Amino acid sequence: MNAPQSQPAQHGRLAARLLLVVVGMFGFGFALVPLYDVFCDITGINGKTSQEVAALSTGVDESRTVTVEFVTYVRGDMPWEFKPVTERIQVHPGETHQVAFLARNRSGESTVGQAIPSVSPGTGALYFSKIECFCFNNQPLAAGEEAEMGLVFYVDPELPESIRTLTLSYTLYNITEQAMGRG
Amino acid sequence: MTTALKTPQQDQLGHVETQSDTHHHDHHLTGWRRWLLTTNHKEIGTLYLWFSFAMFLIGGAMAMVIRAELFQPGLQLVDPHFFNQMTTVHGLIMVFGAVMPAFTGLANWMIPMMIGAPDMALPRMNNWSFWILPFAFALLIGSLFMEGGGPAFGWTFYAPLSTTFSGDSTALFVFSVHIMGISSIMGAINVIVTIVNLRAPGMTWMKLPLFVWTWLITAFLLIAVMPVLAGVVTMVLTDKYFGTSFFDAAGGGDPVMFQHIFWFFGHPEVYIMILPAFGVISAIVPAFSRKKLFGYASMVYATASIAGLSFLVWAHHMFTTGMPVAAELFFMYCTMLISVPTGVKVFNWVATMWRGAISFEAPMLFALAFIVLFTIGGLSGLMLSLTPIDFQYHDTYFVVAHFHYVLVTGAVFSIMAAAYYWLPKWTGHMYSETLARWHFWCSIISVNVLFFPMHFLGLAGMPRRIPDYALQFADINQVVSIGGFAFGLSQLIFLALVIKCIRGGQKAPAKPWDGAEGLEWTVPSPAPLHTFDTPPVVK
Repeated sequence: MNAPQSQPAQHGRLAARLLLVVVGMFGFGFALVPLYDVFCDITGINGKTSQEVAALSTGVDESRTVTVEFVTYVRGDMPWEFKPVTERIQVHPGETHQVAFLARNRSGESTVGQAIPSVSPGTGALYFSKIECFCFNNQPLAAGEEAEMGLVFYVDPELPESIRTLTLSYTLYNITEQAMGRG
Repeated sequence: MTTALKTPQQDQLGHVETQSDTHHHDHHLTGWRRWLLTTNHKEIGTLYLWFSFAMFLIGGAMAMVIRAELFQPGLQLVDPHFFNQMTTVHGLIMVFGAVMPAFTGLANWMIPMMIGAPDMALPRMNNWSFWILPFAFALLIGSLFMEGGGPAFGWTFYAPLSTTFSGDSTALFVFSVHIMGISSIMGAINVIVTIVNLRAPGMTWMKLPLFVWTWLITAFLLIAVMPVLAGVVTMVLTDKYFGTSFFDAAGGGDPVMFQHIFWFFGHPEVYIMILPAFGVISAIVPAFSRKKLFGYASMVYATASIAGLSFLVWAHHMFTTGMPVAAELFFMYCTMLISVPTGVKVFNWVATMWRGAISFEAPMLFALAFIVLFTIGGLSGLMLSLTPIDFQYHDTYFVVAHFHYVLVTGAVFSIMAAAYYWLPKWTGHMYSETLARWHFWCSIISVNVLFFPMHFLGLAGMPRRIPDYALQFADINQVVSIGGFAFGLSQLIFLALVIKCIRGGQKAPAKPWDGAEGLEWTVPSPAPLHTFDTPPVVK
């Protein structure tokens, strides 16, 4: 039990401690950002695939097939056409495949795009391994230029039995300004 | 101690004398400087209460614009962008400008008197925490008159609405939220230091009035989550103006993360707005039942457990973002768990009334309305907590009905009850019970006409925050709007009553309610500017 009616000095000490909590919680708010990324990396629950090159596949599980679908979205201010060449394929887990996406800059200016991948169901993202992907880098296209962009991937044999279809979606963002800014 | 607290209306007449001028040098100030420079907890409490009532009327006027537009289907009065500004600023003003400052005002007035302290522990900071608030809201309301209008992304300011798609007023919005946060944090620190350090001899923890307990716990919630709110608005600011990508997928960020951080603040925030209400009701129900509060200790523990659980339920606002099932179940069960301590409280209030000699003065009427209607809001909250059902209810008028039941008939009604309960202590006059009854019955009827049919609109699929709706919703929306206008007008009765009570009326004794308990009733009415300069001894 504290001595009641205590001196202002004691008020200052307690207030200072509480202020420390406030500063700590302000920091915690920002710490939530990396914590969120780490948590999602480990659990893979937000559908983000790894942006790192995956190791080569070691074995093929021929006992089952998984359907892999490809969809694309182009953000409003992006003057590109962007489509998957293959919309869906059947793969055995562990089997390496190559697919392509077609991009065409319809504008009269060179533009830089960045494709952001997302896998649905989200829990499948950890098992979508990319050996090579155009999405690892940004993609510049000159005015009217057209390009085929490649993706080499395999589905990890560890993929839970309950997942039979994986949908990989790419959203294409216009990052010309940022890319130019970085020089 | 012959000095009386002078209310704003009596300001010019207010000549205050004191024996200890060296201590309280601010006493000779008169006019506006008295209010600007005051460090007295009662005067600052009065400032908070008037400020929050002014905000209540301004935010209410915005709600009237919303209801007028929704009176008929189609777009008639305001354009959609302005409608969005109205829903946004209405929410921000009611949460940060009306409900939170009203409770801070009650805390300022009552906590020192309830624990036998002469003032708040940090009186100068107290002055600051009030006086930065008008600037925050001047920025926010002023932004509505800017080119391009004020914030229009909802009070929850979800990214990318508030980052990529917002107007230039976003910077003003961010700074005003920063200031509001600083004000709340200073207020909370003051409350904690006061309660921990300034209790009268013998006022042990388990003798604290529940209003003091609930505010102590609320203050800890405030210092835990207001900094997180400050952090998230800062991230919005840097995303929008300084090229960071916290919430921008193109730069490697994640817009869903915004919702996680926001609701990590946002869910404890709703308990910040309701825990002090529980404290108010726990003071009023025993006073008018003329019985001791049933289950005091369980009330304290229930409050603490609600506060603890409030940190584990934030994602129930985000069931439709595509979370894995395991996470949805976790947040669903934690949310349902909150109804246990809340139920303990409701049953304790009912048990307090059981076989009590109940009388129905205005504070008790509002407290009873609180218990019934807050429970309705709690039950619709329980419905929303069920993940599969939430997919249907999400972002519909059902949600609007739910949080208005807990915030209007919950928090606001408890503030009204508190005002009636303590008005005699504040002003030295009894308020007019006739006017109070008019206020109560007009409010209780209109508030239910206003919010109850919203449940049906939501179940039928009417989305929230949209200025137009499908034709089949027209009749119910008309009824809702009429209820809204009636509820808005009813609050003017309250304003008239308070002004009348300040100006005069039957003299109030030190303890106007015969069943009331607590140190605040041992000082004369109106409470002198300085009370408990020598601490009372609590047995």
